[in-house]
Amino acid sequence: MFPACRYSLQARRCISALKAVQVEHVAPQVYSTRCSSSTVPRITTHYTVYPRDKDPRWEGVEMERFVDEADVVIVGGGPAGLSAAIRLKQLANQHEKELRVCVVEKASQIGAHTLSGACLEPSALSELIPDWKERGAPLNTPVTEDKFAILTEKYRIPVPILPGLPMNNHGNYLVRLGHFVRWLGEQAEELGVELYPGYAAAEVLFHEDGSVKGIATNDVGIAKDGSPKDVFERGMELHAKVTLFGEGCHGHLAKQLYKQFNLRENCEPQTYAIGLKELWVIDEKKWRPGRAEHSVGWPLNRNTYGGSFLYHLNEGEPLVALGFVVGLDYTNPYLSPFREFQRWKHHPSIMSTLEGGNRIAYGARALNEGGFQSIPKLTFPGGMLIGCSPGFMNVPKIKGTHTAMKSGMLAAESAFSKITDGNLQSETAGVYIPEYEEAFKKSWIWKELYSVRNIRPSFHNYFGLYGGMVYTGIFYWILRGKEPWTLKHNGLDSASLKPAKDCTPIEYPKPDGKISFDLLSSVALSGTNHEHDQPPHLTLKDDSVPVAQNLTVYDGPEQRFCPAGVYEYVPVETGDGMRLQINAQNCVHCKTCDIKDPSQNINWVVPEGSGGPAYNGM
Amino acid sequence: MSGRVLVGVKRVIDYAVKIRVKPDHTGVVTDGVKHSMNPFCEIAVEEAVKLKEKKLIKEVVAVSCGPQQVQETIRTALAMGADRGIHVEVSGKDYETLGPLQVSKILAALAKKEQADLIILGKQAIDDDCNQTGQMTAALLDWPQGTFASEVTLDADKLKVVREIDGGLETIKIKLPAVVTADLRLNTPRYATLPNIMKAKKKKIANVKPADLGVDVSSRLEVLKVDEPPQRQAGVKVETVDDLVGKLKEAGRI
Repeated sequence: MFPACRYSLQARRCISALKAVQVEHVAPQVYSTRCSSSTVPRITTHYTVYPRDKDPRWEGVEMERFVDEADVVIVGGGPAGLSAAIRLKQLANQHEKELRVCVVEKASQIGAHTLSGACLEPSALSELIPDWKERGAPLNTPVTEDKFAILTEKYRIPVPILPGLPMNNHGNYLVRLGHFVRWLGEQAEELGVELYPGYAAAEVLFHEDGSVKGIATNDVGIAKDGSPKDVFERGMELHAKVTLFGEGCHGHLAKQLYKQFNLRENCEPQTYAIGLKELWVIDEKKWRPGRAEHSVGWPLNRNTYGGSFLYHLNEGEPLVALGFVVGLDYTNPYLSPFREFQRWKHHPSIMSTLEGGNRIAYGARALNEGGFQSIPKLTFPGGMLIGCSPGFMNVPKIKGTHTAMKSGMLAAESAFSKITDGNLQSETAGVYIPEYEEAFKKSWIWKELYSVRNIRPSFHNYFGLYGGMVYTGIFYWILRGKEPWTLKHNGLDSASLKPAKDCTPIEYPKPDGKISFDLLSSVALSGTNHEHDQPPHLTLKDDSVPVAQNLTVYDGPEQRFCPAGVYEYVPVETGDGMRLQINAQNCVHCKTCDIKDPSQNINWVVPEGSGGPAYNGM
Repeated sequence: MSGRVLVGVKRVIDYAVKIRVKPDHTGVVTDGVKHSMNPFCEIAVEEAVKLKEKKLIKEVVAVSCGPQQVQETIRTALAMGADRGIHVEVSGKDYETLGPLQVSKILAALAKKEQADLIILGKQAIDDDCNQTGQMTAALLDWPQGTFASEVTLDADKLKVVREIDGGLETIKIKLPAVVTADLRLNTPRYATLPNIMKAKKKKIANVKPADLGVDVSSRLEVLKVDEPPQRQAGVKVETVDDLVGKLKEAGRI
């Protein structure tokens, strides 16, 4: 019933390595065409793929960077990063020590790139800021009703949420996480944290001994073809004793750090899902503030992990936050998470809530589902990983904010004593703080993630969703995760797609413009925008692979899994054939393409700061 | 000649954000929505800073009218190269009804107080599209104006302004002190980079109230209702000219 635990870790690694080699085998054949630009139109111009020191257009351009020093630099102004910053300053004030803490955030304002359901467990918040209520934290909607159901095409089968099941939300709050993050930012600024929204960390800097020295922010003023514009200016370098990386799910700097410090050698690869979300103002008669609804089943088949949420918020107007999550280990390349989401809204039980309402916001983000099995090494000389970047989401509870915040606090506490110690003799120039990992293993995050570790992998069985639910009922509800075995995940999400010829295309209904909508009008609602004259930040290691591999074998799945319409296969202007067009301006920074690309050819890097979505309380 | 240039900057909803009308139809939703400096104001700041870099003027002062949040906009101007800022505090109902007439009165009063030689503004704001503040300011001060400027050349106390007009380009020569409003092609604004933002934190922003300048910000206009533009109806395709004539007759157009 549970084949996942039959294969040893080595065997599964062999299988995924074999798949990777099969992909790489295509590369030598098309390598020659990379030199002749006439066959493959040039897509990627970013300097991470085409270095500037070899580029004649950059000769003589001043590449020196302004340098500044801080005690701690935090990459990412989300729940983890801000909690770490707040905790550091609290400790500094308590011990009357001076501490310069800088947070860099790629969004134009704190909270603008934050997207989550969200149902917040206030445990970490109460530890961090016990008087959060008096300080006006926007936790305005306590959960009053918890509903769970299995959907079929026409019907809704309610499932009772017994106390003790992870989905029980008693004591939790429905929040607009973007507003909560904005409030955290205000608390941080009051404590003296330096917040710099609108500046993205683009590069990790290293000392000579290999430890992390800090980060450099993005350069500005590079044209679309990769050449310098008149307004070109280098980013600046921020050096720190220790750098905290809180980039959220699948951060691009974290991706480099995993390789650099071999942080993933003893854990499973991370597995992910994509979450799409909308905010609706509904008819007041249908509004039930405090109600949290979740569903599984239709429109996904039993072997595709996913489900929905619908939260009735209590913030003045009759607002609901609703969304759909699809596990990125789905196998059918014809599946479009966006269209599944739009289709789901037409279920009679959902439509009854939305009818007569108005959609006011849209967005999407990848989330991590690997849990316990996928936690990497968290600390390395000069740096630490916090939040959803290494990934601490409790998947059955679908909550990761409280664990992210707690990890930020633990990192801050471990770092504080070490870096303010005047007599510290560090082996490396960047301070190495193994105390963080030790504290983490002793914390409630570890216990919590351990107890739910087998729920997500239990879905990999013939009965799919139903097998998983049975497993959860028996082993979690009764045994609280104390079973002695640990199930394994199914390997890399990017390796799970079956070739298009082995799958059937899915017939999605046309959007009706009232309940369901088309992709482009949805993207417009995210408020996303980027400076158009910059190199596309969705870089391809090899420009020929999309047509040669992705389109040929998988029918271009990136056209379907991108929730913002960035990837389009269009006919070439002259002659036959298709080419990949990247509409980088539409990107909502969800990271799904970097995760799900079967060729792992797409490398998402950070665009010029302040580009990206303009979410307001998502 | 004091060599001082006053630049007005306005904090507006970012151009890429979808605007939503408030449920009570009294205005648009602004709370939590992404705001940024009006693009034409960015061009105005850039022009002023360029003049300073050419050593043709001595000091650039950035001015903005509004609540606490406009300080972010003034800081961006400071990061681009302005020397100091003036925040004219207008908040609440007064801010909702603040329009070109009141702002131009404020700017005129400030220009006299600061003994400015030149005022550079954006030609219009992207939220109200009024295109009035520059012109009104010049009239109140009885100064010459060079509006829709796509090129500005300063020579001692004379300003040569190339204006973008419907028929093409018009070149005028005006004497300082004067008001110039910036059009799109005047320049490409520089980025406010992080080291400059950090330095800008040390530059001064003075707080002033309209009453201190002797300006009454009450509005003579009352907004009755704000609505979304009507949904565009789908067009109808016809096959022949006779069909077209028939359909037009049906619609009562001919």
